[in-house]
Amino acid sequence: MSIKLGVPSKGRLMEKTFDWFSERGISLKRTGEAREYAGAVEGVDGVELVLLSAAEIPRELAAGRIHLGVTGSDLVREELGDWETQVAELALMGFGQADLIVAVPKAWVDVETLDDLDAAAAAFRAQHGFRLRIATKYHRLVRDYLRAHGVADYQLVDSQGATEGTVKNLTAEAIADITSTGETLRANHLKILRDAPVLCSQATLFAARGAEWAGLEHAARELGARLSVDMQAIWA
Amino acid sequence: MTEPERLAASLLTDMQAAGAVPVAADILQPAETLLDLYGEDIRARAFVTHDPALGEMMLRPDFTVPVVQAHMTGGAEPARYCYAGPVFRKQTGARAGMRAREYLQVGYELFARDDPAQADAEVFALFSRLLKGYELRPVTGDIGILKAAVAGLQTSPERKAALLRHIWRPRRFRALLERMGGHGPLAEARAELVATLRRAPAARLMQEAGQMVGLRSEAEIAARVVRLLADAETPPIPRAQVASLEALLALAAPASEALARMRAEKWPALGPALDRLDARLRALAKAGIDPQTLPFEASFGRTTMEYYDGFVFGFVSLREDLPPVATGGRYDALTAVLGQGRAIPAVGGVIRPEILAKLGAKI
Repeated sequence: MSIKLGVPSKGRLMEKTFDWFSERGISLKRTGEAREYAGAVEGVDGVELVLLSAAEIPRELAAGRIHLGVTGSDLVREELGDWETQVAELALMGFGQADLIVAVPKAWVDVETLDDLDAAAAAFRAQHGFRLRIATKYHRLVRDYLRAHGVADYQLVDSQGATEGTVKNLTAEAIADITSTGETLRANHLKILRDAPVLCSQATLFAARGAEWAGLEHAARELGARLSVDMQAIWA
Repeated sequence: MTEPERLAASLLTDMQAAGAVPVAADILQPAETLLDLYGEDIRARAFVTHDPALGEMMLRPDFTVPVVQAHMTGGAEPARYCYAGPVFRKQTGARAGMRAREYLQVGYELFARDDPAQADAEVFALFSRLLKGYELRPVTGDIGILKAAVAGLQTSPERKAALLRHIWRPRRFRALLERMGGHGPLAEARAELVATLRRAPAARLMQEAGQMVGLRSEAEIAARVVRLLADAETPPIPRAQVASLEALLALAAPASEALARMRAEKWPALGPALDRLDARLRALAKAGIDPQTLPFEASFGRTTMEYYDGFVFGFVSLREDLPPVATGGRYDALTAVLGQGRAIPAVGGVIRPEILAKLGAKI
């Protein structure tokens, strides 16, 4: 038995994760051929590397098939209901920062805040006969946010990619999406509402509360010491 | 038969004895109607599924909508209906793991044009009788009084409409009221926006802002700019009125006393709504419910799903970990929406047998 650590299997998120561990004296490596998702861990005992798509890591954590996992906090909060009961947030890793924001066309000179968006949505519904459409893939987070702020007369439409283009394509009036620099938004003639973002996300090391930890506590504490992370949070 | 099922059957029999006709409703309901009524929030509460031919469907989150629809397409008047069966609700947030996703509802709905006070009293007195012997606290309220209070504010029709739209979202309502009184963060943000909009005609501001994209047209944007500038000229809602409204929202007292206290405010706009409350209390007294002890809370019913627009009531357990045993109220506006122009005054409520079963045997 060893601690299974789930890490994004490609791209910048994988590289940055490898760097983060290596700064703490633990080397994570992909092994075998370039296309083979196998990995190795050096510098600490009892840890096994599992390479996964970042989007699958929340689910794998919730199911307890991996003990630890690195992914964006946005994905965990979107995918897992009542996420704090399922996973423990062990460390904010300081990269992969992105904000989940609500954006509307720049030409909407009358809309700067959620207060305005709500009023515009009421007028839009009266004019067009349907509720103002907000394109997103973060349904749960955006709905909770808009409900908490008392926005009405909107509907969420699903957009799994190229969300910024939905307004121009007339499939949505506004969007809610992840942005880091805002460049894509500007290029698509959109502006961010002035309210606090739905969520400020970054790469985060999570632990599965429901995974089988029996017999692994010693290895977990070793790893925690190396990473300067309080592993007790998992069982708290 | 489980204990909740036995209780449901017994309640249904009692409701039939009270003159109601039993009706059934499909478990799968078209999502569109429910989404239009409740907005996107319903997705967080109802289970949504998809049919290749019929599109989005929902597992019924309550019986009210299908029962109203059935009545509107061919019921005689006045009509009394009863029903029993499972409803389905998603649970999120704190204690989500402990709350039921599927539970029984037994309900009674009364559609009648004459004497709304009498109809309100009939439903409440019936529920009170059916729930006798359980340790429950009844509570009543009246969304109609809140609506009348908003309509009576000294401000523009647009502001009143904005407040009325958010009566069922207390946090937003409070924030709007604060902004319209000229205070708080929303008032500041609004002042900045108005300053920008005064700089130049809307058409030029839009041109400067960038390419026009999306379905919301220049004309719609310009129209809201006009409304914003007009609203900026509207004087703030007087402090004293905001204070009165807030005092009204916080009012909790035995019903007779609550009525007397609201009368004493001498708020002319409340007159007709208070007359209706008065008539209801008399009808309740005749039905054996004492208005001197019946609890009244002005804000009761504001956080339930937004369709009650008059009398509202609940029967809550003294145990705080349990949801209300019964809830109900008047929903005249809902029948107008579902009846596409036709409307009929309606009042009704539901009981949750599982919660009754948890409270233990009837004394």
